[in-house]
Amino acid sequence: MVVVIVICSLVLAAIVVMLISAPLRAGSPAASSAGGEGSAAEASATGGRRRADLESAREAKYREIRDAELDYRTGKLSEADFNSIDAQLRAEALGILNELEALGEPAGDADTPG
Amino acid sequence: MAGLGYACLLLALGVCVYGIVASLYGVRNNRPEFCNSGRRSIYALALILTVAMAVLEIAFLRNDFAFNTVADTSSRTTPTFYKAAAVWSSQEGSLLLWAWLLSLWSSLALFLTRKRMRDVAAYATAILLGFGGFFVSLMIFYANPFSTTSPAPVEGVGLDPLLRFPTMMIHPPMLYSGYTLCTIPLAFGMGALIARRLDAEWLKVIRRFAFAAWLFLGMGILLGARWSYSELGWGGYWGWDAVENASLMPWLTGTAFLHSLMIQEKRGMLKVWNVSLVLATGTLAIMGTFLVRSGVLNSIHAFGGATLGVPFVCLIALLIAGSIYLVVSRREMLRSENRLDSLLSRESIFLANNLVLVGLCFVIFWGTYFPLISEAVTGQESSVGPPWFDRYTVPLALILVLLSGIGPVISWRRASLANARRNFMVPLACAGLTLIGLLASGVAHKTFALAMFCCAAFVFGSVGQEFVRGTRARRAMAGEAPPRAMLALVRRNRRRYGGYIVHLGIAVLFVGVAASSSFQHATEVQLSPGQSATVGAYHLRYVEPTASITPKYDQAHTGSTLSLGAVLDVTKHGRHVATLRPSEGFYASGNPAEGSVSSLIGGQAVSHIAMDGGITRDVWTAIAPNIETPTLKRIVSAGNAKLPPEDGAIALIYLARAYLHDPPPAQFHLLVSPLVLWIWLGGLIVFGGGLIAVWPAPSTVRRRVAARSRARALRGLARA
Repeated sequence: MVVVIVICSLVLAAIVVMLISAPLRAGSPAASSAGGEGSAAEASATGGRRRADLESAREAKYREIRDAELDYRTGKLSEADFNSIDAQLRAEALGILNELEALGEPAGDADTPG
Repeated sequence: MAGLGYACLLLALGVCVYGIVASLYGVRNNRPEFCNSGRRSIYALALILTVAMAVLEIAFLRNDFAFNTVADTSSRTTPTFYKAAAVWSSQEGSLLLWAWLLSLWSSLALFLTRKRMRDVAAYATAILLGFGGFFVSLMIFYANPFSTTSPAPVEGVGLDPLLRFPTMMIHPPMLYSGYTLCTIPLAFGMGALIARRLDAEWLKVIRRFAFAAWLFLGMGILLGARWSYSELGWGGYWGWDAVENASLMPWLTGTAFLHSLMIQEKRGMLKVWNVSLVLATGTLAIMGTFLVRSGVLNSIHAFGGATLGVPFVCLIALLIAGSIYLVVSRREMLRSENRLDSLLSRESIFLANNLVLVGLCFVIFWGTYFPLISEAVTGQESSVGPPWFDRYTVPLALILVLLSGIGPVISWRRASLANARRNFMVPLACAGLTLIGLLASGVAHKTFALAMFCCAAFVFGSVGQEFVRGTRARRAMAGEAPPRAMLALVRRNRRRYGGYIVHLGIAVLFVGVAASSSFQHATEVQLSPGQSATVGAYHLRYVEPTASITPKYDQAHTGSTLSLGAVLDVTKHGRHVATLRPSEGFYASGNPAEGSVSSLIGGQAVSHIAMDGGITRDVWTAIAPNIETPTLKRIVSAGNAKLPPEDGAIALIYLARAYLHDPPPAQFHLLVSPLVLWIWLGGLIVFGGGLIAVWPAPSTVRRRVAARSRARALRGLARA
């Protein structure tokens, strides 16, 4: 019984070591980057973060526009208030879209581990 | 097998320490492969603890009494169903369950975020592994679930009869899932503060887990209340017990967070408040675990006499100090981007709702922890009872319900007085009509109930109006039939209408609480067969006694060795309503020294209530039969003196016959509680609404699928 327990424990330990050491054995291009490459990767990561942030903001803004419209249709906003809020929200959304466009096409998994 | 379990714990501790070091090294030195390795440590922890959990479960199912925890909390006569649940009835087993669930939920969270927020996730990984390591260390150094005794006892003590109830199979895993899920937003919140990445994305990542924590914790609390009502024999569902309170506090702050989160998403406001709520919810979850595990409390739910207080206090102190430091040092990054446009807006209502929820939490915190602090300082035991809690929580609950009706009819940003006046007409009319109806039926003296019914009617009116108007708007746009328009409306606006359904459920739940606590009829009475008692409008007659000797499968399937009860005939105005069979189960003490008969019935006696439940009222009955009569005592004494242990059950047959032949008067606890079912229904509505609110919208799913296909196509092109 003791032998079985020892074997089971060792097998489990081996599986665990294999599982957690896999990324270290595979290595990572990002790990070896240095100097100019490192700065480029950092800049790319920062751009990726900004994009993710803007995309979240865009989704939230779209939701806010839909909510304002529903508030108006269900009688919670007067027409004047709705028009002013809707125009303001659309202007804010446009600002976010412009900023996203300025960032260019997504560069893939900028924030993705290797 | 105990050796394998213990090896798992040692391996788990090693993995936690490695994972913390790897994650921190990876994120500080920009080495993503170490961050990945750290993340995989959580997966490995889940694997190891799954093996450990399986080892312990198998030991319980195989009656392996060499395991101390199996011998202490299970027995051969414990039904298999409850043996499986007995794992978490002990201090050691529940710590293992906590760590296991933490590892599973953390694995899921880190798997879902493996391609996002690399730096935040690395810190979150280290924090979650820190929690994992803490709980594994407790098991290794203080409460080892795999400790053994040799030679193994022949029989175990058995599972506490009070825990032999179906919801106890799922109540602890639900509650622990809630607690452990609370630590995920905490870990990501701390990670975001440490990494100084307090943008919108971390909120997006934790929203779903914060919601899952809220859902599981809520379900756990409700199942606990249901257990209390159906099993503990006192007829109540909430007793302001410290352990109940401990689970309610993170739920309240979690609810506040789910509301104020929307304001940050929409307006970039309340950043300090939100991150503080996330940290407070996680810390309160750990404090809740501390209350149960530390041995500072004597509660039906707590594991008294434990010695885990000091490590828990250290962890909580570290969490509080760390949270305060992080929030204060990052306050510049947490500045609001906007200000409130108007006091008459949904944002203001959410803010008020947050204040009430946090106020409720503070009151409960004070009532729960003040006696502990006072005892620590003065050395004298003190406690705060339900009247103290009711004095403060009742008015706050009324305001909360009222706000849940006001919120839906006020628009975001700013509402005009004219619109608000028009929108309040239907809800106010509902509340007014309810008030008139109730006053006419003569319940003016029950102020709390009266106020709560009116507030609930206000909520029904406001939510109903929202559904009607929304459906009408949808019909005007799409020309659909009303049911289809309503479904489409909910599908397209899940968060909003799911939230409204939650508000409706809360109102239903509080109607149940108000009605059952204000209009309950209760009596304690001693009856002999043929005698009757009146409770409210109901007449209960003790028809005849019942007795059964079914050590393995008693009437309630809880493994009692002797069950004595009664048949009660319930009538109202002469009409038969129900036949109820309450009983009390007697359990083996597991101590042969008590004698061959006494050891079979010397354990804790537990009431098995009988109830006729309905939408308008529950008729609830419990019995405490008297087995201390001279005749019955003589049978037990004779059996102890003359029968060998294996024949002790023969005396029980005589005892049961004697009880049936000449039943002594029995003590009955009889209740008629109105609308208790509304509490459980309200809970179901809340969780149903919550699920609707969090379910991804079809368009989101489609967008994600399309994005994934686009990403795959791009990668394919890059490789070509």
